[in-house]
Amino acid sequence: MHSELSLIEQMRSGKLWDIPGGIHPPERKSLSNTSPIDIAPLSPIYYVPIKQHIGNEGDLIVSVGDRVLAGQPLTNPKEGLSLPVHAPTSGLIKDIILHVSAHPSGKPETTVVLESDGENIAIANQPIPDWQNKPNSELIAHLKSMGIAGLGGAGFPTYIKANPTKNVELLIINAVECEPYITADDVLMRHYAQEIIQGIEVLQHMVKPELVVIAIEDNKPEAISAIEKVIVDHKHIEVRVVPTKYPSGGEKQLIQILTGLEVPNQSIPADIGIVMQNIGTCFAIKKAVIDGEALIERVVTITGESISRPQNLWVKLGAPISDLLTHCGLVPEQDQRLIMGGPMMGFNIMDIMMPVVKSTNCILAPSEYLLPSRGVEQACIRCSLCADACPVNLLPQQLLWFSKAKDHDKLEEYNLADCIECGVCSYVCPSQIPLVQYYRTSKVEIKQAKEDKIKSDKAKERFEARQERLERDKQARLQRHKESAEKRKKALEKDNSAKDKIAAALARAKAKKNELAGTTAEVENKTSEANIPEVKTTDTQDRVAAAIARAKAKKQQAALNSDETKPDKTRTDDTKPKDIKAKGTEVVEEKVQTTEPVSAEQAKKDKVAAAIARAKAKKLKEAVEPAVSNVEEKEQTSDPVSAEQVKKDKVAAAIARAKAKKLKETNETEPKTDNTSSESIVPPVSEQMSTDSKTPEQIKKDKVAAAIARAKAKKQKDQGEQK
Amino acid sequence: MYTLLIALGALVALTIIFGAVLGFASVKFKVEADPLVEQIDNLLPQTQCGQCGYPGCKPYAEAIANGDDINKCPPGGEATIKQLADLMGVDAKPLDSAHGEEDVKKVAFIREDECIGCTKCIQACPVDAIMGASKVMHTVIIDECTGCDLCVEPCPVDCIDMVPLNDTNWKWDTLAIPVKNVN
Amino acid sequence: MKRLTNLFVSSPHSRAGLTTNQVMRAVCYACLPGVAAQVYFFGWGVMVQIFLCILVALISEAIILTLREKPVRATLADGSAMLTGLLIAVSIPPLAPWWISVIGVSFAIIIVKQLYGGLGFNLFNPAMAGYVVLLISFPVAMTNWMPVQQLMTYDISLLDSIAAVFTDFTQDGYSVTQLRMAVDGITMATPLDNFKTQIDLGLTASEITNSPIYGQYGGTGWEWVNLGYLVGGLLLLKQGVIRWHIPLAVIASLFTLTLISYSITPDLTLTPMATLFSGATMFAAFFIATDPISSSTTIKGRLIFGAIVGALIFMIREWGGYPDGVAFAVLLANLGVPLIDYYTKPTVYGHKGKA
Repeated sequence: MHSELSLIEQMRSGKLWDIPGGIHPPERKSLSNTSPIDIAPLSPIYYVPIKQHIGNEGDLIVSVGDRVLAGQPLTNPKEGLSLPVHAPTSGLIKDIILHVSAHPSGKPETTVVLESDGENIAIANQPIPDWQNKPNSELIAHLKSMGIAGLGGAGFPTYIKANPTKNVELLIINAVECEPYITADDVLMRHYAQEIIQGIEVLQHMVKPELVVIAIEDNKPEAISAIEKVIVDHKHIEVRVVPTKYPSGGEKQLIQILTGLEVPNQSIPADIGIVMQNIGTCFAIKKAVIDGEALIERVVTITGESISRPQNLWVKLGAPISDLLTHCGLVPEQDQRLIMGGPMMGFNIMDIMMPVVKSTNCILAPSEYLLPSRGVEQACIRCSLCADACPVNLLPQQLLWFSKAKDHDKLEEYNLADCIECGVCSYVCPSQIPLVQYYRTSKVEIKQAKEDKIKSDKAKERFEARQERLERDKQARLQRHKESAEKRKKALEKDNSAKDKIAAALARAKAKKNELAGTTAEVENKTSEANIPEVKTTDTQDRVAAAIARAKAKKQQAALNSDETKPDKTRTDDTKPKDIKAKGTEVVEEKVQTTEPVSAEQAKKDKVAAAIARAKAKKLKEAVEPAVSNVEEKEQTSDPVSAEQVKKDKVAAAIARAKAKKLKETNETEPKTDNTSSESIVPPVSEQMSTDSKTPEQIKKDKVAAAIARAKAKKQKDQGEQK
Repeated sequence: MYTLLIALGALVALTIIFGAVLGFASVKFKVEADPLVEQIDNLLPQTQCGQCGYPGCKPYAEAIANGDDINKCPPGGEATIKQLADLMGVDAKPLDSAHGEEDVKKVAFIREDECIGCTKCIQACPVDAIMGASKVMHTVIIDECTGCDLCVEPCPVDCIDMVPLNDTNWKWDTLAIPVKNVN
Repeated sequence: MKRLTNLFVSSPHSRAGLTTNQVMRAVCYACLPGVAAQVYFFGWGVMVQIFLCILVALISEAIILTLREKPVRATLADGSAMLTGLLIAVSIPPLAPWWISVIGVSFAIIIVKQLYGGLGFNLFNPAMAGYVVLLISFPVAMTNWMPVQQLMTYDISLLDSIAAVFTDFTQDGYSVTQLRMAVDGITMATPLDNFKTQIDLGLTASEITNSPIYGQYGGTGWEWVNLGYLVGGLLLLKQGVIRWHIPLAVIASLFTLTLISYSITPDLTLTPMATLFSGATMFAAFFIATDPISSSTTIKGRLIFGAIVGALIFMIREWGGYPDGVAFAVLLANLGVPLIDYYTKPTVYGHKGKA
């Protein structure tokens, strides 16, 4: 272990370490690093994705039709890891759409479409002139609101890194830029060394490291001398020239080269007292804090053999790549490849309307001749060139094997997660195997499998909890039943004794009465004895018959009414409703005959029964059998007329509607008569009922019955058709 | 005769010795492993969908442990069959299509304006992933839904759809890349 | 109309270095110095065998690829079958009958390579496995090595060689056994074979090596053949086709063990230099043990693998039943490769101090 002092002492001594593996691809940096940084012309349209960094996107605070000025925030960052984006220029928000993203997948992302007005008016700058005296929290909030993200490639929000929770000994400024072709950092250092150092000073104030080391590859002598010139009077800033080798610019790799330390697995550099920032980010920090400008533009290298004027440009974020290619003169070859980023880690541009975002450092249009693409994949011959070249000491050939076999356990055992996807293995592979592609796919599959596992564990837990609960409920129910049964039994025992007493009393009373009656009958009227009960029965019978007649009459009238008042367009078979009616009335008759006391309530009940009967009839007609009892049950349970009833009725109506809808959808190709017959039966029934009955509750009830009937009928038919 | 006896004696002695060693080893070096059913259950996708013909994953796990086929789980698909084959030491076989086909992951979705609040789906859900009470609208907790399909059938108004889960993990697949003309 | 590429390509977007096809060819070309020396000392038979073996290799590969429904032309173009044929051809006696070559090569290609899954999947080195099968099955034919031409009674022309390979007799009707008679009428064996036999007869090393079949360092002619393969191997190293670990480990381990043995029993042991420059030592160190598919892949593993090969060669030569032991040494070491690889995994970045 290094003691705290020795790390800094070591750094001061200037000792360098080496990383395992690595390659030396042709650099081709001179294509673009000779001219000063030009400013890209204003694009007519800017596509500003609201997420250009690692973390969460902010909430949109502009809407279509708004006019915005350059530097005006378009989103409001959320809590946690989040950054705003800003309008790159002044103009009109034309649209907010899903636009192709600056991501290998090109997966569309929410994007603000900004139509430039050509004026490029900026909002007032918000500098913090006395930043030396400001507390960290204020500067951090400022960096966040200015939307500063790491410009090296990953796009990690800078305000997090500038606010380390641990003591930082060493701040490394990464100016290695080891990818071929890219010179954005190189030219930035050549021309903006002073500004970069100012940005580093702000970082020094915030992070408070003991030492700042600017690491630059030895293939950038101009940049080295430019930086060295401006740091002469900075005691705590040093330049460290590292040998050119890919991928020494990786965060972990650069730490290894400079300090000989490895960032432990699953740790971050801050855990070993190191923070690393990209040199471009330092410039952006200077802009944000000292000049008060939001991150709305960056240096982008537009280069490659197919570009006639390769150069570095100040590009406003959101500019579509097509405008840049036009500006720099793309002369495409057949099947021209366009790459965002470098040749080693960049990705294909599948759509030239892809916007430049915070992490875009290069647009590359290479020629096939000078940057030959990978050929057809051949079998792995285990030559282990990949293993020798791997900067993190993985065994790519073994990983390939396990990746193909989808052996996730083995992949993890062989530390796939530590792969930095630098592409070195694929670059050297004689069999031209896209190793990195395999690893990326496997990484996602492992991630997916882990998520699935978590989900299935949760599901299992929930399932088991549910089973337990159901079992518990069942036991509780049984227990309750048992208890209530016992109660009943006890109550019955009590009852019995009471009943006995009552019975005894009754018996006594009867005996007395009989005695009395016997005497009076004998004495007064012996002949009328037989007649009186007879008269009574005929009286009730008459009344029942009258009720039946009334009901019948009403029904017939109602039927007539409905037929007249509601001539159904869809009806094709007139006899059907009548049949139902007939059957319905029969049932009513039966019921009426069995019931003796005729009251208003009874009438209602009868009507309900009638509805049920009608429904039944219809069902029978359509060879629908099993649902009948259900209808009855439902109907009976809905007897109490209340607010609840109303709801229930609505429910039934909804069911019926849903069924009807579905049926219509599914049955459109079916013979019309089938449809219409069921349709035509139903409305008259309900209609009739509504005219028939007087109370609103009754109407609802009837509707319920009708709806249920309809629903059942349709379902049956549905099933019938499926069969 | 004598040699025969010697041979027999030697064999018997060997039998006793090896038997003792093996018996000792089986007690002394006993491997504490999850019961087989638990291991199988852990491999199953826990959708509790019952497509295998058993009322849940655990019962199917028990059935597999008792010798049922390992290819009856459509939600798990080939991957699960392979893992089960490894665990059970049998050959992996293709999914038994009688129990369904492997499909993209789906979750239930209730068309809420049509839901009548009958609670039937809630009762059907094996993992309690449907929220709601009697006569109020129900909704599916997407994160908890296993896509088992069991709530679709009981719904009286057919307002439940199985919708494909929007997979957020892009797998670096190389399909469907458009060709663009530049000039 | 020019267009963007419609191919999705995962990064990196370029590659460099030799392709697999180029690697295989480079190995073939690197054999040339050794082959030239072999032809010079052992006659046209070497060329006949090379031609025959490569032909058989290509045909058997094509047949099996057709049966496996794999692309034939593209796979043949990778040069791996040709290389296997070449390596077997230079290993077997130059005037061995044709069916020896056919059996050896087709076994190597069909059984050892393709039945294991083709290029990249074979556990064993195909050439050496084929050779071992021949050595075990046909020990007489396989030990019928010619003495160097310069020591032979008869001049063997190209046509003689062809006739001998395909009919067992030269145009003049001499059998291969007759051809092996030296000037003094004694059947000539390879130096290593001869040494083993003579030691068993009780002669001392210095007495044995007085024979004209021994040269400056190794056997007459054999030292040049070994030198040829050494040169070819160094070329491969320079091209980056092979890495230095395995050849160095093989040579170092063989040399060290022989040196120890020589310093203890100088009368019974060839000098370390003679060991390195006789038999198939250099050929094994640079062309056989370095076969990437069947050798170890980690750096530590390669050193261990090479050392095992060297040690096995020494042991077989010193104490074994065969005069040379390259093929057995390599095959035995092949067996250990998965284990070696497993236990020599390098420490991945950030995993220092962890198990």
